[in-house]
Amino acid sequence: MSNLSFKDLKTTMQSGYLPYLLAGAHVLIGTILVYLNQRSIIAFLVLLSSFFSLYRIKADMRYKLFIGAVLALIIIPVLGVRNIFYLEVIFQISVFSALALGLNIVVGFAGLLDLGYVAFYAVGAYLWAFFGSKQFYTLPYTPGSQPTDLPFLLPSDMFYLFIFLAVIVAAITGILLGLPVLRVRGDYLAIVTLGFGEVIRVLAANLDKPLNFTNGPQGITPIQRPPMPQSVVDGFNAIFGKLVGHQADVSALYNVMFYLMALGIIVIIIIVSRRLEDSKIGRAWAAVREDETAAIAMGIPLVKTKLSAFAAGASFAGAMGVLLAASRTFISPESFSFMQSIGVLAMVILGGQGSIPGAVLGAATITILNLQVLQGLSLYLSQLRQSDAVIPIINFAWKNLSSQLDPAQYQRMIFGLILVLMMVFRPEGILPAQRRIKKLASESAPNKE
Amino acid sequence: MTIAIETLGLTKIFGGLVAVNNVDLTIPDKAIFSVIGPNGAGKTTFYNCITGFYVPDQGSVTFYGQPIMGLSPDQIMYRGIARTYQNIRLFPSMTAIENILVGAHSRLTTNLIDAIVHTPRFREEEARALDEAKRLLKFVGLAGQGDRVARNLPYGAQRRLEIARALASKPKLLLLDEPTAGMNPNETTEMIHFIRNLRDELGITILLIEHDMRMVMGVSDRIAVLDYGSKIAEGSPAEIQHNPRVIEAYLGRNASEAQN
Repeated sequence: MSNLSFKDLKTTMQSGYLPYLLAGAHVLIGTILVYLNQRSIIAFLVLLSSFFSLYRIKADMRYKLFIGAVLALIIIPVLGVRNIFYLEVIFQISVFSALALGLNIVVGFAGLLDLGYVAFYAVGAYLWAFFGSKQFYTLPYTPGSQPTDLPFLLPSDMFYLFIFLAVIVAAITGILLGLPVLRVRGDYLAIVTLGFGEVIRVLAANLDKPLNFTNGPQGITPIQRPPMPQSVVDGFNAIFGKLVGHQADVSALYNVMFYLMALGIIVIIIIVSRRLEDSKIGRAWAAVREDETAAIAMGIPLVKTKLSAFAAGASFAGAMGVLLAASRTFISPESFSFMQSIGVLAMVILGGQGSIPGAVLGAATITILNLQVLQGLSLYLSQLRQSDAVIPIINFAWKNLSSQLDPAQYQRMIFGLILVLMMVFRPEGILPAQRRIKKLASESAPNKE
Repeated sequence: MTIAIETLGLTKIFGGLVAVNNVDLTIPDKAIFSVIGPNGAGKTTFYNCITGFYVPDQGSVTFYGQPIMGLSPDQIMYRGIARTYQNIRLFPSMTAIENILVGAHSRLTTNLIDAIVHTPRFREEEARALDEAKRLLKFVGLAGQGDRVARNLPYGAQRRLEIARALASKPKLLLLDEPTAGMNPNETTEMIHFIRNLRDELGITILLIEHDMRMVMGVSDRIAVLDYGSKIAEGSPAEIQHNPRVIEAYLGRNASEAQN
């Protein structure tokens, strides 16, 4: 009975003008909550989840896009400048969404398990890190011994060119890796990509001699950001200054800019993956994923098809790498560990392999878990530890709590748990991929023909 | 007489087992030609040799005068040979129409850039391919089922969808591997008509592996019999029915003597 009424409620909520109102209200409430409570995780989650309710409501596409654009392009930047930590979280969500969407092409569409995906991200990042910093002039010096007054190799606005260059370079890297590797199937491919991911990281850590390309484990810094005219800062302050409550500085606006760029790349990736999915190439990927032998018999060239998936996935990671290098102004091999690859894979699996909204949801969930929930818990526990509080009944003083019990350290365990639980209980993910329906039912009902 | 496909001395050896032994076959254009034989006679291996999944150890395969031996399966598909499988091999989680569109892969010419930009060329080709796929769906009697996921279709429908997928490549030669396996007599009768239609309406040459003798005798122009990898007989259905070596292969020596 209660089940039935829940269904009724769901239908009512999705009919007439109600969905428009509900989604609008969700956005509004989220905005107000975050505006009033600058530190509340819950308020932030309410605001972020309004993207999801916008996605799920039955409403005119134009309404969804309009509200979504207002939310993403105005509300979030303004609230983000008010509290720069939110902007950082949002930026990370965007970066990981883009990576998850890229990996989704390889793992979800073409069914090739890639355990070294961040290698392509590293290729993009090191590309700009080398050409967009002073690294070129430090080639003859061992790390740490270079003079401090070296010039930058390239002007900072070359950054935009390098986003495109990174797409190409990463795609070529993907093809070069793929050529010898893609003849092996399934598990073997996963093992080789795992090795490749580690090779790139180790190369980055050791290419500081004989010529100092990567500055070794210390990483490259400073890396240039694209130029930010003072007029943009002034303009932002003139329009949004009152809402923000304080004058925004250049670094805050840089964060906004990188967030918007990441968003732009995400939009491009979504459009490109949707279009590819519904084309000859996307169908070939799906066919190879479902039954390699039958796919070959249908005239699908196996190696070429797999290579194109590898290259497409890699190219997006390359672009995000350039963005990462510029936004952080510093990169080191540590950012490209095996754990990162697993993290992105966990996002894809959590959301649903082959599902575009799933990849974004997976990225958002895991990033928030990492940055907000776990760190929030850690902070809370350490506060308790410093206080004199005691757990009542068992009479346990918080300050005796082992410092090993730091939730932020449990990131790996949580990735592992997510992977295990999803595979056992919902292997298709939270938002499973839907086969694209061509709306044939109405036009080809048998009695009409 | 145009020859669709010709094998000369085709031999495939697995370790010590001669799976296909020195088989000569000549299949005329627009024929319905059946290959029969007891289980393990090498029929499917013979198919795999023609379609490039196995590289024969000896002999040659010519397709409309062109040698095709040694080409990869996808290249052979491009030349105009399509096949179905003994155990259905659809793409299970794709829809029926998508399965057919995959079959049309070899005929679509747009590239990655066309697909990303949605050039007019791409849209036109996709629309045309979709129309064609719908037509094929109707041709195999699955009109209105296009959006159903392949694995959810009934068994008979899956068999017919697999044929539609093969037809989407516009093959000159279609290799069917036990198309009536698991079908009831009514469905088998339908399949006989269907295969005749393929030849008569679409002008496709058909090579058929089949166990159901009613089907084989009802539909074939010519039949070849394989036993232990070797061709032991070839002829019209009537000739095969009375060939003592065929009876012996199927029923044993005593049966063939009893009939003589």
